[in-house]
Amino acid sequence: MRQGFLAKNPSVLWFLLLLALFTLAVTLMAQAGLVSTSLVKTLGKTLCLCLVAVAMDVVWGYCGILSLGHMAFFGLGGYAIGMWLMYARTEAIVAENLAARPIPPTPQEISDAIGSQIFGVVGSSDFPPVWAFAHSLPLQLMAALLVPGLLALVFGWLAFRSRVTGVYLSILTQAMTLALSLYLFQNESGLRGNNGLSGLQNIPGYGHVPQSTISLVFLWASALALGAGYILFAWVVSGRMGSVIRAIRDNEARVRFLGYPVEGFKLFVFTLTAVVAGLAGVLYYPQAGIINPAEVAPIASIYLAVWVAIGGRGRLYGAVIGAAFVSLLSSWFTGGSAPPIDLGVYVIQWTDWWLVLLGLSFVAVTLFAPKGIGGLFDLITARRPVEEERVGDYGPDQGAWRRREGQEEA
Amino acid sequence: MTTLLEVNGVSVTFDGFRAINNLSIQIGEPELRAVIGPNGAGKTTFMDIITGKTKPDEGRVLWGDKGASLLGMSESRIAQEGIGRKFQKPTVFEAQTVAENLGMALKQRRGPLRVLFGRDRGSEAERIAAIAAEIGLADQLTRISGELSHGQKQWLEIGMLLAQDPRLLLVDEPAAGMTPAEREHTTDLLKRAAETRAVVVVEHDMEFVRRLDCKVTVLHEGSVLAEGSLDHVTRDQQVIDVYLGR
Ligand SMILES: Nc1ncnc2c1ncn2[C@@H]1O[C@H](COP(=O)(O)OP(=O)(O)OP(=O)(O)O)[C@@H](O)[C@H]1O
Ligand SMILES: [Mg+2]
Repeated sequence: MRQGFLAKNPSVLWFLLLLALFTLAVTLMAQAGLVSTSLVKTLGKTLCLCLVAVAMDVVWGYCGILSLGHMAFFGLGGYAIGMWLMYARTEAIVAENLAARPIPPTPQEISDAIGSQIFGVVGSSDFPPVWAFAHSLPLQLMAALLVPGLLALVFGWLAFRSRVTGVYLSILTQAMTLALSLYLFQNESGLRGNNGLSGLQNIPGYGHVPQSTISLVFLWASALALGAGYILFAWVVSGRMGSVIRAIRDNEARVRFLGYPVEGFKLFVFTLTAVVAGLAGVLYYPQAGIINPAEVAPIASIYLAVWVAIGGRGRLYGAVIGAAFVSLLSSWFTGGSAPPIDLGVYVIQWTDWWLVLLGLSFVAVTLFAPKGIGGLFDLITARRPVEEERVGDYGPDQGAWRRREGQEEA
Repeated sequence: MTTLLEVNGVSVTFDGFRAINNLSIQIGEPELRAVIGPNGAGKTTFMDIITGKTKPDEGRVLWGDKGASLLGMSESRIAQEGIGRKFQKPTVFEAQTVAENLGMALKQRRGPLRVLFGRDRGSEAERIAAIAAEIGLADQLTRISGELSHGQKQWLEIGMLLAQDPRLLLVDEPAAGMTPAEREHTTDLLKRAAETRAVVVVEHDMEFVRRLDCKVTVLHEGSVLAEGSLDHVTRDQQVIDVYLGR
């Protein structure tokens, strides 16, 4: 750290510069009316997705834990902030309505009125216990980070302690996010079942501020969070810590024999990335306006892994590129903006075929370009990792024995 | 010389096959010990048991002045206790540089937060450089270790072992893939290390063992066949039959 962390990681500076330029450019264009409010929101949301993708890259690309459940943490962050947003806004509306009455309403009356407003859709008006802190923004913000963090801590502790790795771990994380989504789907969960939380774009106390301004504020907040998260993770995966994390990915048994408590490291990475995913969710859902249990369905976390794979795992900017590229492309295709292709006998509607295209690209990247889009940067920089086939060579020169020959000899 | 490690009546069975059979060995501190024996005698498995990779079916493994049992400890805990190991097949982190490999092995606190916040102390670079000089990789520090030759990887792993500064060094076939001059250097290194620590060396090369000039334990079918000076064990008829005479 002392000897210039940024100097040793020039890509961080480049990234921050580009991010700042991007945010500035979007702001200026939005104010000039060249970029619509909804596009600003899409871009702001994309930055949040980039942040959770960077976290995913650290846990998967660097530490080798293919978590297929990180969007659960993202969703939990969203639910936590959504509860405050809904509560505070409903409270303001209710207070306004009741103020017209001749007799001032009791706190109980206000609470009941808020309850029936929020929970009317699920045929209830009582506040479930999970809403205990919904009146307080600081408490809900803390919950937005603590709940994903604690869930990751407990889940990770159980899984890593019993040395669950590889596919089994991925399946477990899928089960976790599926369980969460099924739980949220129930009306009894107290989070409005499949209705989810809505109206989140209305920021309590700022009703008079137009959405065009609010969208820019969130764009900046998201950019700030992405920049900070990028620096944080670049720092975590640099130096000795980065060495150990990558070593765990490549050969965790060997790391144990060096005396490192591998489970502790995995737990640290898993939990930290979960907290950052929660933060990304906090910023995402006010821009999306609505959150429902489908957001934490298993498929969401699989998409996250696909973005990182397509962008190039094992490098933070790769994750950003993948998330931005694929999610923007996805909203273009599924939003109906992509022109259908008329094959004469069949018309390709992209809303139907986009997923097929995405799946094929994923397979193609996995097979033919395992370094992903980010791998293109190796062509212009000096970064030359050992070629895959040369790892395990017995000698430095071309004629040297390969691993197989060496093993046959041994 | 006090007893540092005591392996007592240990047995291991793999799918009904008894790889280690009622094995008892004591290692002192400081001591240099060579372990020899035919292929499949259980030499590597013996090291697996000490380092926690393999859990024995029965027996005791006691460690240190207080005689703590190693059997309940995790691999990383055992390594932290001061037991370092070099594997038979060199296993270094091939995607990382020589300096990074050595840096990871350097003796220091191993917890995640310690590693995260306690980084880049100037003295570490010096220690890495000193070890690299010792193992002849001083000008290779920035190389990706996957590019090193087999012999160099052996050296790197020996360097990682030295960097850990353990009380007990378990060294499995260090000389494989080395030139005669390198073998000589390795014996010097191990002998010097054994002046202050316990060093257990598994090796097939008899010349190498002779140069170590230390007590020898012969393993066969998972138990001790003979123990003593090299001349003593090489005169033993059983040893000649199962190992030397082949
Ligand atoms: N994990 C395992 N599962 C099943 N069998 C094993 C396992 N590990 C070792 N063995 C068997 O135990 C026996 C002892 O193996 P070990 O590797 O300890 O021998 P060694 O003395 O190191 O031999 P070498 O000189 O070839 O290295 C061998 O027959 C081996 O096949
Ligand atoms: Mg062996």
